[in-house]
Amino acid sequence: MTELTCICCPMGCRLTVDEDNDYAVTGNTCKRGAVYGRNELMNPTRVLTTTVAIDGAAHGRMPVRTEDAIPKGKLFDAIEELKKVHLTSPVHCGDVVLENLLGTGVNVIASRDL
Amino acid sequence: MYDLAVIGGGPAGLAAAYSAYEKGLRNIIVLERDKELGGILNQCIHNGFGLHRFKEELSGPEYAHRYIEMVQDTSVEVKLDTMVIEITPDKKIFIDSPSGYECIEAKSIVLSMGCRERTRGAISIPGTRPSGVFTAGAAQRYLNMEGLMAGKRVVILGSGDIGLIMARRMTLEGAKVLACVEVMPYSGGLTRNIVQCLNDFDIPLYLSHTVTEIRGDKRLEGLTVMEVDENRRPIPGTEMEFDCDTLLLSVGLIPENELTRGAGIEMDPRTNGAYVFENMETSIEGVFACGNVVHVHDLVDFVSAESARAGEAAADYVLNGPVKGDYIRVQNGDAVGYTVPQKIHRDTAADKIDVFFRVRSVFGKSQIVISSGDTEIQVFKRPYMAPGEMEHIVISADKLKGFDTVTVSAKEA
Ligand SMILES: Cc1cc2nc3c(=O)[nH]c(=O)nc-3n(C[C@H](O)[C@H](O)[C@H](O)COP(=O)(O)OP(=O)(O)OC[C@H]3O[C@@H](n4cnc5c(N)ncnc54)[C@H](O)[C@@H]3O)c2cc1C
Ligand code: SF4
Repeated sequence: MTELTCICCPMGCRLTVDEDNDYAVTGNTCKRGAVYGRNELMNPTRVLTTTVAIDGAAHGRMPVRTEDAIPKGKLFDAIEELKKVHLTSPVHCGDVVLENLLGTGVNVIASRDL
Repeated sequence: MYDLAVIGGGPAGLAAAYSAYEKGLRNIIVLERDKELGGILNQCIHNGFGLHRFKEELSGPEYAHRYIEMVQDTSVEVKLDTMVIEITPDKKIFIDSPSGYECIEAKSIVLSMGCRERTRGAISIPGTRPSGVFTAGAAQRYLNMEGLMAGKRVVILGSGDIGLIMARRMTLEGAKVLACVEVMPYSGGLTRNIVQCLNDFDIPLYLSHTVTEIRGDKRLEGLTVMEVDENRRPIPGTEMEFDCDTLLLSVGLIPENELTRGAGIEMDPRTNGAYVFENMETSIEGVFACGNVVHVHDLVDFVSAESARAGEAAADYVLNGPVKGDYIRVQNGDAVGYTVPQKIHRDTAADKIDVFFRVRSVFGKSQIVISSGDTEIQVFKRPYMAPGEMEHIVISADKLKGFDTVTVSAKEA
């Protein structure tokens, strides 16, 4: 049994997930909580936002984010991977700055024009 | 003479300028002291913006980018590197820009200067004055825009969203965040941020605790945290010592209203912003205010919506003249800290009026009641309410017409 807080809406229901019973969720007020609780234990994912180096722009750092959520366990490795990226201006909002981050199939995109 | 001068080019100013343009104003200028548009969003690189407005989860810079592009496609003039020094009741605007000190005039003004962070001085912590004590927003700017880390071992005082976001951000960048300490018995930030930023990284949140002493000579070396009683007084014997080089303060935001006060606009002590009507007009005709300068928002989506109303109202004022007639006063009742707007034009308000407020404590299943004297006018149900999350209700104007004062209060259902 694991207790967690649903983050899908401001109610923040306290969920209990039963790993031994096919990840059955209790404590949720709506269906979204059940889906969240299950995913959170089976394969928790997060969108990663960070910055990468950029030359020749008004700022030295370009804000970037993963286009989709990636497995939570890969967050720190992803940050290391992104430390290797070095951009040169101009880069546009939405441009892919790194493809297929750590084999997740998820691209990393620029978050602004620089 | 401009039709509209917008002061501040953050999300509020951009949305106001854009909607005034859409309503037919052409001679619009945006005055921004920074080197670029976008305001605080430029440093908020995390995602979670735009869920309401664009039905997508964008980062702060991406959200700003959308509005910057919308404004760039219009003939709205943008003046960067331009600090507004003073505005007068007759709408003269004194500015300092690379081209020097000058005065411009406008038929209408939108105030959208945002807010700034409360600092250590504003909350007075005993102890020495070493370096290593930052506001969370300053640390955010260093890290996200300049690539500089504020420190390696971090304690965060206050559980506001900026502090929570920085706890995650600095952890991912290799710092050790030892604790987040909150004096109130509940968190000041959004639940989703507690989960994603603290729980994800096993950072403890100490509610009803505060920092009671700061130590260190040149650089911060450590601090003491103690539990507090209901009156926020430290309880002897609860001391915890932390060995850290950095303290981030996330203890609230204050609307930036020097210009507003200077112009003699009536201020609401509850919000630290101007008193506004439902169309975001202040006590001076033709001067409007929107965004964080009016009241502190947690979601930029609501800033954009509110600011669009301010821009439309400014256009309406210039094209059709001032709004006439008296108004209905909106008061905060039991458990409600303030309301925005504080006044509603009786005859000219739109059918649906957005009213924003914060409750003073945490509520479970509850009701928001709009009343006047003993008459209940409208009731809204809520499964949950907390001071960290701004409440939003939509009142029907025709239900209010017969009253002079209405009160917004909250109670457990
Ligand atoms: C750290 C942080 C995290 C946040 N996280 C989220 C989130 O996850 N999701 C979400 O939806 N919202 C979030 N918000 C809220 C949202 O970003 C703000 O509500 C929004 O940016 C407020 O917009 P604004 O235009 O009122 O103020 P600002 O963005 O502060 O813009 C004000 C502008 O006015 C300019 N200005 C001020 N005074 C003058 C002057 N005298 N002359 C010329 N220019 C002036 C400033 O330079 C600035 O550019 C967050 C806010 C912060 C601070
Ligand atoms: S379970 Fe449903 S109601 Fe409860 S927090 Fe999650 S989304 Fe909200």
